[in-house]
Amino acid sequence: MSDYILETTGLTKEFKGFAAVSDVNLNIRRGDIHALIGPNGAGKTTVFNLLTKFLPPTRGCILFQGQDITHEAPAATARRGLVRSFQISATFPHLTVLENVRIGLQRKLGTEFHFWKPERTLDVLNSRAMELLADVDLTQFAGTITSEMPYGRKRALEIATTLALDPAMMLLDEPTQGMGQEDIARVVDLIRKVSANRTIVMVEHNLSVVANLCDRITVLQRGSVLAEGTYDEVSKNPQVLEAYVGSNDMNDAHH
Amino acid sequence: MNTQASHASHGQLVKPTRSNTVFLVLFALGLVAPFAVYPTFLMKALCFGLFASAFNLLLGYVGLLSFGHAAFLGVAGYVCGMMVRDAGVTPELGIVAGTAAAASLGWVFGKLAIRRTGIYFAMITLALAQMVFFLALQMKATGGEDGFQGVPRGHLFGLIDMNNNIAMYYLVFAVFCIGFFVIHRTIHSPFGQILKAIRENEPRAISLGYDVDKFKLIAFVISAALAGMAGATKTLVFQLASLTDVHWHTSGEVVLMTLLGGLATVFGPLAGATVIVTLQNELADKVGSWVTVIMGVIFVLCVLMFRRGIVGELQALVKR
Ligand SMILES: Nc1ncnc2c1ncn2[C@@H]1O[C@H](COP(=O)(O)OP(=O)(O)OP(=O)(O)O)[C@@H](O)[C@H]1O
Ligand SMILES: [Mg+2]
Repeated sequence: MSDYILETTGLTKEFKGFAAVSDVNLNIRRGDIHALIGPNGAGKTTVFNLLTKFLPPTRGCILFQGQDITHEAPAATARRGLVRSFQISATFPHLTVLENVRIGLQRKLGTEFHFWKPERTLDVLNSRAMELLADVDLTQFAGTITSEMPYGRKRALEIATTLALDPAMMLLDEPTQGMGQEDIARVVDLIRKVSANRTIVMVEHNLSVVANLCDRITVLQRGSVLAEGTYDEVSKNPQVLEAYVGSNDMNDAHH
Repeated sequence: MNTQASHASHGQLVKPTRSNTVFLVLFALGLVAPFAVYPTFLMKALCFGLFASAFNLLLGYVGLLSFGHAAFLGVAGYVCGMMVRDAGVTPELGIVAGTAAAASLGWVFGKLAIRRTGIYFAMITLALAQMVFFLALQMKATGGEDGFQGVPRGHLFGLIDMNNNIAMYYLVFAVFCIGFFVIHRTIHSPFGQILKAIRENEPRAISLGYDVDKFKLIAFVISAALAGMAGATKTLVFQLASLTDVHWHTSGEVVLMTLLGGLATVFGPLAGATVIVTLQNELADKVGSWVTVIMGVIFVLCVLMFRRGIVGELQALVKR
């Protein structure tokens, strides 16, 4: 088995001639927490959309676990174990918190097309769902309608729902965005906890989070890879410092 | 932890109990109704109630606006008529045949339309339904503008004479209950749970590995089949399948019935259908074609003032 769980070669996405992502070669090592950073509009979310097949690439190819998934349907890629979250929190707002996680678990039951069975056949999933909720500190919210929860909790729920699939690889798009210090600390702990036995790629503007969480970093600028390496390597790279203009301290860079 | 889980489902336990009572009361009413009200009127209301409920499954619970549902009602009516009058099968088999025909047609419509959303989905279903209308108008087998006439009601299972209006009523009532149960079960099933997720956040459902188009297609076929079941039954009641049933007016009427009664409510479509059928019956000989205008006014009022429809507004009142 290759060291790399995910490889892209020449990945390119053009929107009406404008290259949002151009010629990106990513190599993500199995088991790593890998950060994708870069200024606003660098193409980070677009890369996620390409990897999860939400957008078809203009050129290039994507290998996941050694298989070419470039032309696969998005749901099929998700079923392979390459599961994403979204930059704007993605929950099912009018379902309860418990039901949200159950949606993630349900496919394993193999009854997702069974329209003749009663809903209570899903109750067998409740205990596993409660375990997942406990992992993200949401036990007491199980019966809450999701839209009534604070923002930070919704992001935690999103992670729990993603974990329900037990994916080999998780893509997190700015998991700490819009959160206070306390919530950030909680999410960082959570990501570290769930990174056991899986690979995580995360887009993250908060560089202190990147510094203490991520094994490797890819810096993206105007659609192209500017640098790749460990935090120390990348933060000493003059081109990267240049890109984060007017600041020697990358921690301020995202503002 | 288990107490938490049961706590979570507690909120849901209360609601079904209340609606169970409503179910039982309405079921009892349905059983005695033909002794108080004209059975023919009741049968018409039930057929359109089922038609609208089938439509509501799609619009209210999947969020797909089909503007071609008349095709399913109408085609099932013709197929049932042909089977019963010309092939000589018993009425229940006629209904089964009509339902199967509508389901197949629904699969074809769905395959062609499901990838589109919003207005494009509505337009494709409308265009396909217009083709069906054209065929129905041109083909000899359907009787063209005269309609497909003289369908005998026959004997249910070869035993019970359906020319008795009360017996016929109970068949229609049974068909309605079956259709209604199928819809209810579909909504409250593992499949229905995913439909809900798709309606709430489609990209998220995809990212969790669900092929949303497949779910929508199955929902579409179920909806088409039940619309067909209503159409086939209606043909037996009136012993006639006509062009009106496949006309786009009917596709529009079912939207009106559903919105008037209450979108995404359990009993709304039945309530809406009953109101519309009553108006048509009461007003047709008094005001003639002004019926269309009156219904248009009702529709506008409903959309402007009672967004939730009759049942939706009632539910909101009870909750308060
Ligand atoms: N569907 C689209 N059509 C046209 N242009 C697009 C589309 N999606 C993204 N873009 C453009 O591609 C570029 C990269 O966008 P992307 O969302 O990937 O950036 P990002 O790195 O995620 O930025 P942010 O940090 O603000 O989230 C932007 O200039 C954006 O305007
Ligand atoms: Mg982004």
